[in-house]
Amino acid sequence: MAHAAQVGLQDATSPIMEELITFHDHALMIIFLICFLVLYALFLTLTTKLTNTNISDAQEMETVWTTLPAIILVLIALPSLRILYMTDEVNDPSLTIKSIGHQWYWTYEYTDYGGLIFNSYMLPPLFLEPGDLRLLDVDNRVVLPIETPIRMMITSQDVLHSWAVPTLGLKTDAIPGRLNQTTFTATRPGVYYGQCSEICGANHSFMPIVLELIPLKIFEMGPVFTL
Amino acid sequence: MAEDMETKIKNYKTAPFDSRFPNQNQTRNCWQNYLVKTRFHHVDQADLELLTSDFHRCQKAMTAKGGDISVCEWYQRVYQSLCPTSWVTDWDEQRAEGTFPGKI
Repeated sequence: MAHAAQVGLQDATSPIMEELITFHDHALMIIFLICFLVLYALFLTLTTKLTNTNISDAQEMETVWTTLPAIILVLIALPSLRILYMTDEVNDPSLTIKSIGHQWYWTYEYTDYGGLIFNSYMLPPLFLEPGDLRLLDVDNRVVLPIETPIRMMITSQDVLHSWAVPTLGLKTDAIPGRLNQTTFTATRPGVYYGQCSEICGANHSFMPIVLELIPLKIFEMGPVFTL
Repeated sequence: MAEDMETKIKNYKTAPFDSRFPNQNQTRNCWQNYLVKTRFHHVDQADLELLTSDFHRCQKAMTAKGGDISVCEWYQRVYQSLCPTSWVTDWDEQRAEGTFPGKI
């Protein structure tokens, strides 16, 4: 989960997110370099005593400051497209979970074998135990195995929602009448949080997503109900 | 063919990748599997009538379509994995009412 006043991305819990973080660092570095260069040039322009009243053409400079940005854009686009195609790779999922958005909660369906269907509501502030996270914790978490390719099918029963888990690099719109697919593989166990990411009414900010990633052996033992 | 289908169903983990639907929008994948399963189900009902009437025709139907009962189950497993249960319930009700929009 994010900590207070966090500016950067959360640590990655999937290989795709690791790639995205690296790409983000790469693109941000280019942005910083360009900004610094421009600010420096501006500074020099504003602080020089030299004047030139006869500026006409400067073909060489114009060529450089056209081709250089083009090259920079290519250097940004290539890794970006590489990651985009990586997210679309044909993987063989071991598990399919359906996530259905409602106003204002999520329903999760595990129907590969039999049917486990449950709702996931945010814990109201009065129901929080000490240590629980306000506006983030839910009554029923989505329990999943680590190191397993998982396919999530996202849809909505009413209005637009969006199912997002930043640490896995996931954000997929929940659209009524449409079934959107996203896949991921979690690399480590833990509890990971996300929030609805498409405005959906009064309680849009109060329908979070919580994943509980556990070792496959424990997941295979079957659902463990706690009261 | 029937044996392959049975082992395929026994080893079923989840709906496999379907190259007809390679992209993010899987609505058609769910719909198609439900439709095909429903069509097969109707065919199986017709076979039941064959079974009760003529042994030879029934044998031919069994051998020709014997695998289909498992195939029918395969499509059911796939759409159960993919489709939201509310969609399936709605479609089942529509079929019972006769208002199902698909061509069965």
